[in-house]
Amino acid sequence: MIEVLRDNWSFLLWGYFPNGPIGGLAMTLLIALASLAITFPFAIAMALARAMGPRWLRVAAATYVTVMRGIPLLMLLLWIYFFLPVALGFPLSPFVTIVIAIVIFQTAYLSEVIRAGIDALPYGQTEAALSLGLRKPVIVAKIILPQALFNVIPGIINQFTSVVKETSLAYVIALAELTYSASLINAQLMVKPLEVYLVLAMFYFVLCFSLSQVADMLDRSISAKRQASPAR
Amino acid sequence: MPKLDFSPIFSADYFPLLASGLKMTLLLFAAGWVFSMLLGMVLTLVRGIPFRPLGWLVAAYVEYQRNIPLLVHLFIWYFGVPQALPHWLNDWINQQNAEAFFAIVAIACYNAAYISEDMRSGLRAIPRVQFEAARAIGFTFVGAMRWIILPQAFRNALPALISQTLIIFKGTSLAAVIGVAELTYQARLIESETFRVFETFSVITIVYLAGTLPLMALGHHVERRGKTRSRA
Repeated sequence: MIEVLRDNWSFLLWGYFPNGPIGGLAMTLLIALASLAITFPFAIAMALARAMGPRWLRVAAATYVTVMRGIPLLMLLLWIYFFLPVALGFPLSPFVTIVIAIVIFQTAYLSEVIRAGIDALPYGQTEAALSLGLRKPVIVAKIILPQALFNVIPGIINQFTSVVKETSLAYVIALAELTYSASLINAQLMVKPLEVYLVLAMFYFVLCFSLSQVADMLDRSISAKRQASPAR
Repeated sequence: MPKLDFSPIFSADYFPLLASGLKMTLLLFAAGWVFSMLLGMVLTLVRGIPFRPLGWLVAAYVEYQRNIPLLVHLFIWYFGVPQALPHWLNDWINQQNAEAFFAIVAIACYNAAYISEDMRSGLRAIPRVQFEAARAIGFTFVGAMRWIILPQAFRNALPALISQTLIIFKGTSLAAVIGVAELTYQARLIESETFRVFETFSVITIVYLAGTLPLMALGHHVERRGKTRSRA
């Protein structure tokens, strides 16, 4: 295992970069960060639609979330990989394909996380703000969202961990992220599949475990802060 | 856009593929579910034994499973582990369906980690004094567990267990990547032979939704019922 790691660590970390295309863990992180950044505004909009939109919008958003929860990400990825280019009339790169898939999928999950944060705020705050004469958009932007988003930071980090794990599906469309890079190494070495894939697992473990530890730490400090505040 | 035509998928050439794919998906799901529940229970029990190192072992197992993508677990089991197994065992596995065998093992081990955590938090939600009170009025250890603790713990954990059941069902789609001929795999096959991307994927997506929507409805129902009952 040490040998596999010694000979291939740079390829697993960043592929052929800077002498060639970027790959490995760097690509995994690129996909994950790009997906999360694009998902974020959509997820907030979706959460607001579900928490306080008009009835038809609430129903539409709930349907979207339900359908997304009901299909495997792999199925969605295949839809986008094989069907979207036909529908659009132009090809999509594997990177764009996986990012679109994760964005569509995670908008549903992340919106649920954010909605939980919105629902957890006491409704009295909104009522107080209304009675002070603030308008709905102002209440959402200045009172609801800042608190709700702050309180769900741990949830968002945990969702990011899920996204990192989901990027492994890019293997299916031959995008050189961490899992695909490892499979290339395995194909080259031929005789050490167990070692190669355990090294791969170690990479994911280090990244995701650290992320979830950070989320736990923040969760503890945030809930301690919320319990200390007299307003609740 | 060409006209929709679902007839090839339901023709004598391709419908058997669809049916056998569904059968394999259901097999992976059923076997994966049963074994992950059993392993999850064992893990929860072992963690309950008041001997620290055992608890650490279970915790390490849970973190190992949860922080590595299921796809990588599938690769480790299918490509890696046979390298370490004795010949006679590999021969035996290969006489069965090796792909499906390792897929079930990977799915069961992966989800067992989540299930044991769900069960543990269901148990932890019950105040310890209930157990002590039960012992004080003469219940045996097993009796207190059987009549007081476990029924409540089960009810607490039920929503999480149902949502994990949903995840197991969706997770079976990943087995397609190591070549298990389940629904997603057959979808790819039918699509590449008929060129009916939209029709094929629609049918498969609907089949998945037919499995997941009732599960989600059940989860919703149980969650609501749990809330009203614990309030009373």
